[in-house]
Amino acid sequence: MKRRSPFLFTMLGFGFAFFYIPILSMIVYSFNASRLATVWGGFSTKWYGSLMSNGQVGKALWLSLEIAVISSTCATIFGTMAGIALARFTKFRGRTLFSGLVTAPLIMPEVITGISSLIFFILMAQYVGWPAARGFTTVTLAHITFSMVFVTTIVQSRMLSADRAIEEAAMDLGSRPWQVMKDITLPVISPAILSGWLLAFTISMDDVVITNFTTGPGTTTLPILIWSKVKLGVTPDINALATLIVLAVGVCVLAAGVAMNRAEIKRERDRRMAYRANE
Amino acid sequence: MTEPLVRIEGVSKSFGTFQAVKNVSLEVAKGEIFSLLGGSGCGKTTLLRMLAGFEAPTVGKIFIDGVDMSAVPPWERPVHMMFQSYALFPHMSVEKNVGYGLKHEKMSAAERQDRVRQMLDLVQLTPFATRKPHQISGGQRQRVALARALARQPKLLLLDEPLAALDKKLREHTQFELMSIQERTGVTFIVVTHDQEEAMTLSDRIAVMDQGVVRQIGKPGAVYEFPNSRFVANFLGSINAWEAKVVSIGEVITVDVPALGQQVQARFIQGLAVGQTVTLALRPEKITIHRSPVEGVNVIAGEVKDLAYFGKDSLYRIALPSGQLVSVHAVNANRGAEEDRLADWYDKVWLTYPPASAILLVE
Repeated sequence: MKRRSPFLFTMLGFGFAFFYIPILSMIVYSFNASRLATVWGGFSTKWYGSLMSNGQVGKALWLSLEIAVISSTCATIFGTMAGIALARFTKFRGRTLFSGLVTAPLIMPEVITGISSLIFFILMAQYVGWPAARGFTTVTLAHITFSMVFVTTIVQSRMLSADRAIEEAAMDLGSRPWQVMKDITLPVISPAILSGWLLAFTISMDDVVITNFTTGPGTTTLPILIWSKVKLGVTPDINALATLIVLAVGVCVLAAGVAMNRAEIKRERDRRMAYRANE
Repeated sequence: MTEPLVRIEGVSKSFGTFQAVKNVSLEVAKGEIFSLLGGSGCGKTTLLRMLAGFEAPTVGKIFIDGVDMSAVPPWERPVHMMFQSYALFPHMSVEKNVGYGLKHEKMSAAERQDRVRQMLDLVQLTPFATRKPHQISGGQRQRVALARALARQPKLLLLDEPLAALDKKLREHTQFELMSIQERTGVTFIVVTHDQEEAMTLSDRIAVMDQGVVRQIGKPGAVYEFPNSRFVANFLGSINAWEAKVVSIGEVITVDVPALGQQVQARFIQGLAVGQTVTLALRPEKITIHRSPVEGVNVIAGEVKDLAYFGKDSLYRIALPSGQLVSVHAVNANRGAEEDRLADWYDKVWLTYPPASAILLVE
């Protein structure tokens, strides 16, 4: 057996330490009885209690969820349409321009997207009168705009890798184009649509920069709330909130891992089934 | 021929500047298995896709059962296609796949279920009805595709390289199964294939295509025995071909073949003139090898240069004094022990053939 280099182990240890010590210390200090972030004052769960009784946090979380659900759903609808169009209609006037415009926001700095959205909303309010003030609507619109791109990219690549013949087969068997879309295309690309939605949801949930530019008074999402609180100094209740978020993410990752593992086992079983079917 | 089911009239198809199909006209009779045979890029698949309605002819018309198909979209054509990739719907079970087309038919749920069961019986897949396409083997997928295409009882079934994805053993078996299913259902088949053996065994008639043009149409035997051009002769099986000059025309035609260094006889064909340059084509299996000198015409002397033993037969390459090589195919009728071999390396041999089996080609 090959001897494992102690150097590699050390580097791995440093890597993990670099990632996880800050998170661990944050979790530990969320149980700190002291108000000071750097002094250990004994174990306590009182910050979780104060977090629960703090209506502001709950409101911000709810608002974030609302915006994320609406914006990711809209982004998924528009993004899927754009992705299908880009993958299927190989030739139309301005295709290159369109696909360039779709993918540009992927590499555009968020600050630029934020500022341009802000200017656009100001002009809209001035000349069209809608949306009249910045807040829920403008944040949602901005989130739709920049998260749609991710959905488009995912859906387009799934469409390009799918066998075009299955759509032709459905058409050949008597289905009109819209029936083909409903019966075949959408079900086949549905995993891509779902992952596009999840990505758009996640991006919307934790966006600070663009939200900051497009939000107005009274519309405070969770990331904005955390950010503004930290500006006044890190308090243990923020630690408690962050710990809960880590917990939620951890549960999701674990569930995804279990689901993937199950899918892998099922695939293996199907493969054996197909092999046995030969005999 | 009975009334044709498919009539293709002067059809051409261009993609930009590339002309995939050039002025093709042909007819396919009801109940026939018709093959479009050719190498890749010969236009056979484009022609098939035009029949299905996925491509529109640039010029020309296609009639199916007497109806002009120009304005008929794929979903309204009485034609179904079996795709090369099978194109099964991955998210549907075998029975849902087979029944998919039936939802457009006016029939009760019970009738529909009945038809699906019938189709699954036809292709012997009943035990696998509830499986998904990725849970069955390649050969079974092929049969699902066939059942799905037949479920709506089309007038015409288009098969795009139906056997290409199967291994050799399964291919032979499936070939016969396809033929028996065609016989039982009476549906007209148009098969696209690049495999000449597949075309020969399956089809009632074959159209050999090359660079968008139909080179010859006929029964498998006719196309094989009487090819009308060097291309067709070469594409179907192998051939010895030499340039020749017509010397005299009688019951047989005598030609002078510089490559053989002598005059030989060939089957009579119309329209040749003395002095005309033609190609003499001779299939390797029509030639007989003799170990001792033979009297008569059409005797060519040479020496065994190479031989390849295939088991049931052997391929010999005979070198002539002119340096030309003649391929000869001989069945190993004797027990194939080495000493029983017809001829060995560097043996002197004499080749003969009946004049009728040598073909003269003008093209």
